[in-house]
Amino acid sequence: MTGKDLFNPTRRGALKCLAFGGAGTLFTLSAGILTPIDLALAKAGGTDSSAQAGLPLFLQISDTHIGFNKEANPDVVGTLTRTIAMVNAMPKKPALVIHTGDITHLSKASEFDTAAQMLSQLNVTELHTTPGEHDVADASVTEYFSRYGKASQDRGYYSFDHHGVHFISLINVLNFKPNGLGNLGQEQLEWLEKDLRGRSASTPIVVFAHMPLWTVYAPWGWGTGDADQVKSYLSRFGSVTVLNGHIHQIVQKVEGNITYHTARSTAYPQPGPGEGPGPGPLKVPTEELPRMLGVSNVSLKHHPDALSLTDTTLA
Amino acid sequence: MKTKSIFVMPLLLAVSLCARSEAPAAPGSDTTISIHEFMFAPTAMTVVAGTTVRWKNLDPEPHTVRSVDTGFRSDPLDQNDSFTFKFDKPGTYRYVCSIHPQMVGTIVVKAAN
Repeated sequence: MTGKDLFNPTRRGALKCLAFGGAGTLFTLSAGILTPIDLALAKAGGTDSSAQAGLPLFLQISDTHIGFNKEANPDVVGTLTRTIAMVNAMPKKPALVIHTGDITHLSKASEFDTAAQMLSQLNVTELHTTPGEHDVADASVTEYFSRYGKASQDRGYYSFDHHGVHFISLINVLNFKPNGLGNLGQEQLEWLEKDLRGRSASTPIVVFAHMPLWTVYAPWGWGTGDADQVKSYLSRFGSVTVLNGHIHQIVQKVEGNITYHTARSTAYPQPGPGEGPGPGPLKVPTEELPRMLGVSNVSLKHHPDALSLTDTTLA
Repeated sequence: MKTKSIFVMPLLLAVSLCARSEAPAAPGSDTTISIHEFMFAPTAMTVVAGTTVRWKNLDPEPHTVRSVDTGFRSDPLDQNDSFTFKFDKPGTYRYVCSIHPQMVGTIVVKAAN
């Protein structure tokens, strides 16, 4: 998807038609290069050349917030249902879905059960997850790990390979430091260094974690305190894609061979960095929601370093 | 003289308000910290041992109350949910919201006389 594609009036119209535009991001693999494609666009167009030419590799879904019921979106089950239907209707489906956290809103067992039942409707072979802080907010921190802890032996971080791509799932929502940013911790960083050691620099790498692995906006904790160490381990690889959620808007940044990308939520938008008292649900009139959700899609493609991207709208 | 008194009055009022907010709550009494717009208010509070502190979340966004060291941990508090903890031991207790760790607060517990 290029910036030019985004300005195609047909595509823009398709975006507007999507009542709760947040859906997910499809990643295709083409000559070792991963290309994020907005799911709504891929579905609506059906002729997106990059989507058709590349190999559908995985889909990123994020911040489903099952259990949220406030006015920013009283029907998060409904919007997730639509998202799942959209994925299942795709002509070329990826094998993997990666959920980058905040599956639930309040870490309640009933919310996890609803989410699991819904996500099981996805017509894909594998679902990978990393928790958001909303998934590990129960006092005992057990609800997430009792369901999704197996892949990582309850550590929260693990890696796997698929189609020649090395995937790494990190956890940065436990043991926050007083600076308020996400935190990986020394043990996980040492594991990561070992996991990457000896791998060929030509191996495409995908890293996913809930909170951004670069600092989008520190006063709201939109970053990870020890992410620079991750960057140093990844810098020798030719193709690195870092995927995060948490901020409910698309922000993309390219630094050397590393592309950072945050996904939209399927539940509700959040304000742009520093706009308002805090990073809570953004209440907008229903008819404005697609425009709000589409906001970050455009400007980031053209201004990878601009973090105040939400000032630009599609409308 | 007249001009002077106009300035003295607000000053006295400010001092008395300030003094009142710094006085520790009486032992056995309850006191409430509101969570509003991603802040604990008041951010710092001094209480006497035996005081039960209640946190009430006014935000539509959930928050938690987690002591940085050992002590107290709430489940997520949705809007208008509350969490209480009785402070029996004197000391300084720092706490955060585990969902928004930029939100920090401190409770200082003084020994009851």
